[in-house]
Amino acid sequence: MSDFFKNPLSTSSPDSAARKQAIMDQVRNELAQANAQQLMNNMNERCFKACVTKPGDSLSSSEQTCLTRCLDRFMDTFNAVSRTYVARLAKERSESDSTPSL
Amino acid sequence: MADVPKFDEATQKELANFLEKEQTQAKLHSTIHSLTTMCWDKCITGTPSTRFSRGEESCLNHCVDRFLDTSIFLVKQIQDRRDH
Repeated sequence: MSDFFKNPLSTSSPDSAARKQAIMDQVRNELAQANAQQLMNNMNERCFKACVTKPGDSLSSSEQTCLTRCLDRFMDTFNAVSRTYVARLAKERSESDSTPSL
Repeated sequence: MADVPKFDEATQKELANFLEKEQTQAKLHSTIHSLTTMCWDKCITGTPSTRFSRGEESCLNHCVDRFLDTSIFLVKQIQDRRDH
């Protein structure tokens, strides 16, 4: 690796910078994976419950249709909830900034 | 593990800040997951279709805000009882 890419302000060795970056990447990756895993688990549980009412030999085509729709609706719900919750947080925060609490 | 040199102080601080930020973010995500499942269970009553029914849509749109209102309302009730 060329020194050209190194931040001239950084006093730590390139090895330390690389280790720091590796740690940050790993933390980000693992959290993203846990987040996706959680979403999949929740969706799997709900869509199985909603679409596979009587488990048979295999997933019927109507069950598969239902599952496909369920996936889309679950993502819609997740996105709507994220949007509303983040908006509410921002609103509560701006209100508590303008009116100092007692 | 023992042979790995320590990070300098600035890097340690940067990593601590980074972890705190990621932790806040993770907590936010965890809340969003639990609100999603709670509102899904409450609002989605029919078989999943190509779109939400009108009732489901309206329920979903209000679910998060009313849940948070509920939480604030209950805290106020408890505070009022303590004050009297």
